Amino acid sequence: MEYEAVIGLETHVQLNTKSKMWCGCANQYGSEPNTNVCPVCLGLPGVLPVPNDEALRKTVLTGYLLNCEIPRFAKFDRKSYFYPDMPKNYQLTQYDKPSTANGFVEFEFTGDGSVNGLARVRITRAHLEEDVGKSTHFDRHSGLDFNRAGVPLMEIVSEPDITSADMAYAYLNALTEILHQGGVSECDMEKGMVRCDVNISVRPVGTKELGAKIEIKNMNSFSGVRRAAEFEIARQIHVLKGGGKLIQSTRRWDDVAGITEQMRTKEDAHDYRYFPDPDLMPLAPTDAWLAEVKTKVIELPLARKQRFVRDFQLPAGDAEVFKSNVALGNYFEGIAQQSKNPKAVANWIINNLLAKLAELNAREKSGQEALGLEAADLKLSSLADLKFKPEALLELVNLVEAKTISSSAAQQVFAEMFDSGKAPAVIVSEKGLAQVSDTGAIEKFCDDAIAANPAPVADYKAGKIAALNSLKGQVMKLSKGKANPALVGEILERKLKS
Amino acid sequence: MLNQLTISELTVKLATREVSACEATQACLDQIARVDGKIHAFISHNAADALAQADAADKIISQGGSDARRPLLGVPIAVKDVLAVKNQPLNCASKILGNYISPYDATAIEKLKAAGAIIFGRLNMDEFAMGSSTENSAFGLTNNPWDVTRIPGGSSGGSAAAVAADECFASLGTDTGGSIRQPAALCGCVGLKPTYGRISRYGLVAFASSLDQIGPFTKDVRDCATLLGVMSGVDKRDSTSVPEPVPNYVAALDGHIKGLKLGLPKEYMVGGLDPEIKAAVDAAVKQYEKLGAEIVEISLPHTDYAVAVYYIIATAEASANLARFDGIRYGARVDGNDPIELYSKTRGAGFGAEVKRRIILGTYVLSSGYYDAYYLRAQKVRTLIRNDFLKAFETVDAIVTPTTPTAAFKAGEKSGDPLQMYLSDIFTISCNLAGICGVSLPCGFTQNPKLPIGLQLLGKPFGEETMLKLAHAYEQSTTWHKEKPSLKF
Repeated sequence: MEYEAVIGLETHVQLNTKSKMWCGCANQYGSEPNTNVCPVCLGLPGVLPVPNDEALRKTVLTGYLLNCEIPRFAKFDRKSYFYPDMPKNYQLTQYDKPSTANGFVEFEFTGDGSVNGLARVRITRAHLEEDVGKSTHFDRHSGLDFNRAGVPLMEIVSEPDITSADMAYAYLNALTEILHQGGVSECDMEKGMVRCDVNISVRPVGTKELGAKIEIKNMNSFSGVRRAAEFEIARQIHVLKGGGKLIQSTRRWDDVAGITEQMRTKEDAHDYRYFPDPDLMPLAPTDAWLAEVKTKVIELPLARKQRFVRDFQLPAGDAEVFKSNVALGNYFEGIAQQSKNPKAVANWIINNLLAKLAELNAREKSGQEALGLEAADLKLSSLADLKFKPEALLELVNLVEAKTISSSAAQQVFAEMFDSGKAPAVIVSEKGLAQVSDTGAIEKFCDDAIAANPAPVADYKAGKIAALNSLKGQVMKLSKGKANPALVGEILERKLKS
Repeated sequence: MLNQLTISELTVKLATREVSACEATQACLDQIARVDGKIHAFISHNAADALAQADAADKIISQGGSDARRPLLGVPIAVKDVLAVKNQPLNCASKILGNYISPYDATAIEKLKAAGAIIFGRLNMDEFAMGSSTENSAFGLTNNPWDVTRIPGGSSGGSAAAVAADECFASLGTDTGGSIRQPAALCGCVGLKPTYGRISRYGLVAFASSLDQIGPFTKDVRDCATLLGVMSGVDKRDSTSVPEPVPNYVAALDGHIKGLKLGLPKEYMVGGLDPEIKAAVDAAVKQYEKLGAEIVEISLPHTDYAVAVYYIIATAEASANLARFDGIRYGARVDGNDPIELYSKTRGAGFGAEVKRRIILGTYVLSSGYYDAYYLRAQKVRTLIRNDFLKAFETVDAIVTPTTPTAAFKAGEKSGDPLQMYLSDIFTISCNLAGICGVSLPCGFTQNPKLPIGLQLLGKPFGEETMLKLAHAYEQSTTWHKEKPSLKF
């Protein structure tokens, strides 16, 4: 019997708000333990939560980005369980009335379950809750850091629409790209800003009924999710094929051993005793508030990529670069519309501009590190700091297009404008880089080259066509690189054949 | 004696510098030294700190600082042990908080301090405000100043007893199901529970968040109005506080109650009501008629369900509210081999029997499979109870009832029977469920022994002004509030 996997993901994402969810403490990673804390986020006796409007806005914005409905009534509930890093021993979350519901994420995917290179995963809900503190275990004791306690945390629950480990991986990348570009989260995996629970079951192909749901808790890397899902799907199929039975349970992923291990079964599942938090008023967003949030909605990365391919005839690879690098995409779009050859513009940006910028950044980095600056304090140039205007790049591309300069001369012009910010036309005239298309002058260079290089001339005449390149190189040298290479080829051939 | 003055009497003498804040504070401290051994209203008090605050107040007074913005300048006020006062102990009359000191002020305390009050002393109470007799305190019993063999009521028993015994000029309590009004009635003082959302709950250690309110205990209605005015108002730290304007409650005490309609709920005058209490309330109602108020019989048909609904909602909320007392970050800790054992031992040793009973009850009603039958249904009935009141208030300006079914009972009399104890709040609980305001004021005494009787007025949501106007008019036409316990032990 053939089996198929059914996967749903619960993705926890820290919002990039200035302050925490219920108090004014900084929402900041990497501070000394227990420095971003106050009576409220420590759960001291008598304190009350006050919702962070920025977090509410970013949650609803997420809803819009994920094509969700925004209910006009939402609320926070208490989810009770005891854990040392949870100050109140209940977590505030949205249990049955979330701020957003019923959306979807569409993303590029070519494996099983895709249609025309795209896949769609429905989103059950994206709701808001609070993060907990962090436990660190030492030899004989444990330490608690509450800097993270009360940081706004969004949980994005997908429908079980994912059918493979690869699709889960693609979904997570697409989801976090949307959230990052949408400005709601930094989605920095290394700082624990994205964490994921994976629900996996398998069933015989062609059946509708879901198998026993097995949850892998607390994954903190997407490649880990992919590996864990691959392992778990194979494990479940193996159990079933061996005549075994699977029961609803929670497992943990051992990244080193590359296996999942059972943590607990349904029997010892928590009873969280959810009930509406009486300290908070229900949320009833107004039209005006929603309209304001809506103004922050960005064009989704996939739509942008599709538009770049369609409107500018870009190759998918170029469009992909502009999709994942928003600033670069904006830079491109700013000049592409005025260009007859947007593809060439894209080429210049991706191949030349990025390389130059990377070189500059590398120099800046080593220079600043030599001065003793920490990694976090480095100030590296970005597109906004370039010495030339985007229109100058457009001008450069146009000069090449008009054959005013050769592409090798264009490299020189670009290097110069990158360093000095001078306009391309100025550089071309200062350096005399304008291409020579005057046939009289080129004929003279050709005659000189033929006279001075009898060996390649003889080779060419003996049928070695490649020898023409050597002669071409000589002509270009004589013209100081300014001769129009196409004309040089034509004239040389004519002269050698005559 | 100086400590017997009302706040309005004292502040006149302070402003004219006939007496100093230090003298007023010392008078309270002397009274505590004289009587609190028998009353035990205070868990603790810091005399040096109180006098230092008094000294600071005297300096401001000497610089001409008495003005309308500081209506409590130099007035010593004591506080129930459930309210956070910066750098003072906060125990909620429980062992579980150990030697915890609050690092911040409750909003109500902040406002009292800004109004010039001297905040001193931690007043005894039922542990975490759970009880009606102050017998559930980890710090011992508080005794009723009128008869020290009897309970002062609860949970704010210390707050009521301290005011009745003139150990402070006023005190703060909290009321979740009657915890201000019931002890005020049993000790013979004025106690007010404001409309839910009127006073910020920030800094009040929650028992039942949707029911709790802070309120004053005072010697007369005028002082009650003064304190209410100072503490009221929306607070950005409490999302459930309401941005309703704060009227001048004292200015409303003009005696003009002619034509106001008082509702008499028929459901409140039934079995279990002590005949002497009934007689006193009947007499008060007659007095109101004499003063020009119109008495209207009303019905609050869901009254019978109030106690049951209350003990589901309040315990459900409490079970989560008290989860934070786990020995991890603050308070007493009994170590264990793992977190679960630490929690069990800490909470097992730290909480008293009544608190445990309510946590277990609340955990049960929220448990999966029981939520709909208990918590959800209780919330629906709660809405019906609120609607009863809103309907009644379409025809009446306030409602008049007894505060308690009996006068103060003997210590130990009901402590073995939680249900009997719960029924002592039968007249006060609905007010919290409905979120309206209520006040208890003296309306007579039982004969033998002589024990205070309380009259309860219930007002519309944010109807404190009218309610206090009615309370004041009655009070000024009687002398009950002027009677003092002998305190001869």
